[in-house]
Amino acid sequence: MTKMHAVPTIPPFERFYGQHRVEVMRLLRRRLGGERADDAFQETFLRALQAYGRLDHAEHLRAWVLTIARNVAIDTLRRSQPIAGPVDPPVEDERPAYEELAPLTDGLPPKERAAVVLRYGYDLPYDRIAFAIGSTPAAARQAASTGVRRLRKRRNLQ
Amino acid sequence: MTISPHLDRRFREAALALELVDLGFDVVESPIGPLFVAASHQGLASISFDARPEAHLEKLARVAGPRVLRSPKSVDATRLELDEYFEGRRRAFDLTLDLRGLPAFTLSVLRELARVPYGETTTYGALAAKAGHPRAARAVGTVMNRNRIPIVLPCHRVVGADGSLVGYGGGLDIKAKLLELEGWL
Repeated sequence: MTKMHAVPTIPPFERFYGQHRVEVMRLLRRRLGGERADDAFQETFLRALQAYGRLDHAEHLRAWVLTIARNVAIDTLRRSQPIAGPVDPPVEDERPAYEELAPLTDGLPPKERAAVVLRYGYDLPYDRIAFAIGSTPAAARQAASTGVRRLRKRRNLQ
Repeated sequence: MTISPHLDRRFREAALALELVDLGFDVVESPIGPLFVAASHQGLASISFDARPEAHLEKLARVAGPRVLRSPKSVDATRLELDEYFEGRRRAFDLTLDLRGLPAFTLSVLRELARVPYGETTTYGALAAKAGHPRAARAVGTVMNRNRIPIVLPCHRVVGADGSLVGYGGGLDIKAKLLELEGWL
């Protein structure tokens, strides 16, 4: 099957890192503060690097790496509050990567929200979503379908 | 907002240590000017007289994979051997080479090229003959021109039948300097 539009080739990682590192750091500083942001920064780009060799196209790389960063931030907060209850859904960023689906998915648990947005907003395959949210493809699929069910239920209640 | 050099270096070192890098590169200073150097886990993949990384990244990613990252440690072995070479303390390189993606003819020519000793020269025709293609002197010239690993694969030791330097990817003055260093000129 041929695509009608040219799919951008995956840029060398150095270029990808150069393009997105400042924005990733800004997001992490906002959520975690200075010191913890440094560790989370490294973790974010190591996770991205781990998945990078298996990417099959170069679309939505910014949304993808910001989702990884958000999830690293959530993991970091979770680790530092071991007895806390469920983590609050993330605060909206200044420039959200998923403007269109944001109002619709507000209030979903973070992983479900990320899975729904990446699946239905960006049409990413589950293996890439899995890397972005730090889980397996099966769990990513599960998170997306649970999220959609939850949204449906909420809509029916309105 | 900037990323601190310390954090940047820490990430690059972690990426290399975790073997998440297909190809690491850096710019290495030398007496003939800065050199772009890239290496994979298979070995040294590229040396270029054009030290601007952006001139090479896409092409290298197509051969080695997209995880191309600046990483000084990944070219430490090459840096060390080049330093020794330029100081006149090394006459042969011990580096393993990553020659992935090269056609068989090119490989057979480069194999013979690697055997041309320090301080000696050969001709395009003689190299063609040794590689088993005596009439392919011109094609050997093309292989020299496209040599991805100059200095280590010593295309500077290949000269015209009349002893003239003929040509060099890095410019004739660099070819002359390398031959001077080796005592041939």
